[in-house]
Amino acid sequence: MSEVAVQNPVEKKPLIGKKERKLITDPLSDNNPVTIQVLGICSALAVTTQMKPTMVMALSVTAVVALSNFVISLMRNAIPPRIRIIVQLTVVSVLVILVDQALKAYMYDISKQLSVFVGLIITNCIVMGRLEAYAMGNKPVPSLLDGLGNGFGYGFVILTVAFFRELLGSGKIFGFQVIPDAMYEAGYVNNGLMMIPAGALFVVACFIWVQRSLAKHLEEKE
Amino acid sequence: MEFLKKKILELRPDFEKGGKYSQFHTLFDGFATFLFTPDRVSSGGTHIKAGIDLKRTMFFVILAMIPALLFGIFNVGHQHFLALGEFAGSPMNGFWDKVMYGAIKVLPIVVVSYSVGLGIEFFVASKKGHAINEGFLVSGMLIPLVLPPDIPLWMVALSTAFAVIFAKEVFGGTGMNVLNVALTARVFLFFAYPTFMSGDLVWISEKPDVYSGATALANAAATGTPFKISADQNWNYNLQDMVVGLIPGSIGETSKIAILLGAAFLVITGIGSGVIMLSVVLGALLMGLIFNGIGLTPFMNMPFHLHLAMGGLLFGAVFMATDPVTAAHTGTGKWIYGLLVGMMAVMIRVFNPAYPEGIMLAILFGNVMAPLIDYYVVQANIARRNKRLAARTSIA
Repeated sequence: MSEVAVQNPVEKKPLIGKKERKLITDPLSDNNPVTIQVLGICSALAVTTQMKPTMVMALSVTAVVALSNFVISLMRNAIPPRIRIIVQLTVVSVLVILVDQALKAYMYDISKQLSVFVGLIITNCIVMGRLEAYAMGNKPVPSLLDGLGNGFGYGFVILTVAFFRELLGSGKIFGFQVIPDAMYEAGYVNNGLMMIPAGALFVVACFIWVQRSLAKHLEEKE
Repeated sequence: MEFLKKKILELRPDFEKGGKYSQFHTLFDGFATFLFTPDRVSSGGTHIKAGIDLKRTMFFVILAMIPALLFGIFNVGHQHFLALGEFAGSPMNGFWDKVMYGAIKVLPIVVVSYSVGLGIEFFVASKKGHAINEGFLVSGMLIPLVLPPDIPLWMVALSTAFAVIFAKEVFGGTGMNVLNVALTARVFLFFAYPTFMSGDLVWISEKPDVYSGATALANAAATGTPFKISADQNWNYNLQDMVVGLIPGSIGETSKIAILLGAAFLVITGIGSGVIMLSVVLGALLMGLIFNGIGLTPFMNMPFHLHLAMGGLLFGAVFMATDPVTAAHTGTGKWIYGLLVGMMAVMIRVFNPAYPEGIMLAILFGNVMAPLIDYYVVQANIARRNKRLAARTSIA
């Protein structure tokens, strides 16, 4: 009986520990909101013809998801369960309107290009999904990180989609022509399919294909 | 032939498991069974013994397409020289020049389509380790026939690769595809490179600018008659030309006679479904009649039977709607599917100015609907028989 229960030294909790880091990295890969949970596809099709507006869209969604997660998590114990959706919607709408106004004030051109899709962030399933699935049951800081992570996960996918759509559809990246004129003279033609929403579906499909063949554990077991 | 057979039998051990070329087994097997009926037979279970396997079925369809292909080769040359103003008079003038020109235009498209498509098939087959699927033999011939003669070859290659990968391989290869592979290739080109696939400029090979005109479908959409509508149009064709096929168009679609020859061959050999061909045509005529009755636009008032002479409707009905994988399988389902495709094709033509020809989209729509149609036909049959059973047991 010489064994003595070794007392665990009190662990100092780092600000961003393993668990917190996972909140950010998980939505980037194994739990990506677009390619794995298949949420927010609508805006992934609508705004991804060019990189620049897509970038703005990605940042807007990230801001809305992170902040709404944070705010809802702060008040999660005060929200009556029966009307929680209404409360969540109100918070999300306020944030979306703020983002929309900010875009109108500082990036008018892009805001015009994104048109109704900024307002439609309210209906983006990722936002409501994270509020319901995470913020309602977790503390504010992890919720904020979870929101950031999911925003980045979404942004990563739509930026990739936009990269291929802009490259193949108009031969540019961020508005700069990257396919040399010599190619066009040799008979190369931009692919019009990439300019219509159907093109985005193919790119998203390829993204999912590549992701699943790299990470075999994501395949459903039969 | 005996020599070939001996050679194959001699070489076979090298390609079997453990042989020195065993990684090329699928390739060898594919070619060997292409030439000769395999001598190995399945054992156990119940089998129907027949010499006609997938390869030979496919080959029959290719035979059926030969008239359309040959006529297409001639017509590409004919349209070209007609536009240049050479060999005026009878279409037979300068026959061999026209055939030579057409062959130089068309055969590279066929070669590219086959080599890209079969290349992908071989690659997938040896990667997955299954036998080579012959499904591409028909698609590879259909793709050139539905393209305009001047299409750049890299576009043919790209669209073929796209269609084989996205319409077929991702669904599990031959026999598993939801959409017709050749039409997927065409629809890809249509949306990706519309300036090469539609309009009045692409249907005549190396057309001089002064030789202007509009396709039958464009004329019909504008004024309700497929024929020449104004004096400054150089293209001038009548119903006879449209039936014989001496009009600009996709390579294989112009000659209705060549297509009907193919149709007869398919129906007689039992390879293609006559019901589907008939119901697509009937559907198109029916929709044309309905539009004649409504008569709001000139196109609606066009005599309904002219729909059959224009564009690729007949080609689609005979060679693409009948694709046994993507069409409906049940007897009643085939009728519903065919009528749906035919009506849809004419409806798209008449209503949507962005798509002058509707048969391509109509068949793809029918392909998507086919499983649903079959499901309801089968369910209706089950319900009917259950009812009969219930009636009989209640009597007893």
